Amino acid sequence: MIMKIGVVVFPGSNCDHDCQHVFKDVLGQYVEMIWHKETLLAGLDAIVLPGGFSYGDYLRTGAIARFSPVMGAVREFAKKGGMVLGICNGFQILLEAGLLPGAMLRNKSLHFICKDVSVKIENAATAFTGAYESGQVLKIPIAHADGNYYTDPVTLAAMQANAQIVFRYCTPDGRVTPEANSNGSLDNIAGIINAEGNVLGMMPHPERCAETVLGNEDGKLIFLSMLESLKGNKKQLKMVGAG
Amino acid sequence: MKAKIHVTLKQGILDPQGKAIEHALDSLGFKNAGNVRVGKYMEVDVHETDKAKADAAVKAMCEKLLANTIVEEYRYELTA
Repeated sequence: MIMKIGVVVFPGSNCDHDCQHVFKDVLGQYVEMIWHKETLLAGLDAIVLPGGFSYGDYLRTGAIARFSPVMGAVREFAKKGGMVLGICNGFQILLEAGLLPGAMLRNKSLHFICKDVSVKIENAATAFTGAYESGQVLKIPIAHADGNYYTDPVTLAAMQANAQIVFRYCTPDGRVTPEANSNGSLDNIAGIINAEGNVLGMMPHPERCAETVLGNEDGKLIFLSMLESLKGNKKQLKMVGAG
Repeated sequence: MKAKIHVTLKQGILDPQGKAIEHALDSLGFKNAGNVRVGKYMEVDVHETDKAKADAAVKAMCEKLLANTIVEEYRYELTA
């Protein structure tokens, strides 16, 4: 059963082709590249907002892209329960658009951080992480200057209670520590999901570690989880040789 | 009318850029400088003659786009 995945392209998006490659070439799905000016999104099973520098990060990262014509349709799609994945700049756009709670600040160190980090699966019961084990540690690259997630204490408590924190930065052996937090993100938050469970945002780049030829397949299960969820399949997927 | 808008991080939000500048000032010998906060300054020509309309327009611009009110606050002045 082939799924139809839409990858939105904003002016300045640069990870759109990587996202297309994973879904189309690695996973054999049908991918539609959607220019940000499109207002009608028909027949899509999932939407991806990719990484990059939409509108040059002018004003604030994601601040202008959130008003692109396509975002009205993305919002409607999400409202109807459609699956939306925001990666890096995509996550930032979802935050600015209010489709996810909170905001991104400049990395605490003021540096653009580009490296592999360890990230822990805090919630393996989401549509995006169903194929992972709870507590599983992934090696996954980050590349961002504004990954310092912030929200107010009330929202944070609600998110914690509601298992909306999906990924946390951790040590390679899975401990969530300040040392493992490269960007100062609140509560080591690397990725969150909305209360309804259909919109996920993450700063790390799973599309950069979804193939053996890249030396790291740890991110692949996010895409496989999405496909399985779309297919309504409850079967557990085990990844061979993870870690 | 001309709007002069300042957008700054809310008090209590960590401002690493401000801190970096504060340390730089200290290294330069300015021992009397503290609590540096960095913000944005924008000027917007507002094509309204009615001051109330201009004010409402600038406020809406700030609320909707120019400031992320989760982490930022804004103030502005309008001159003819």
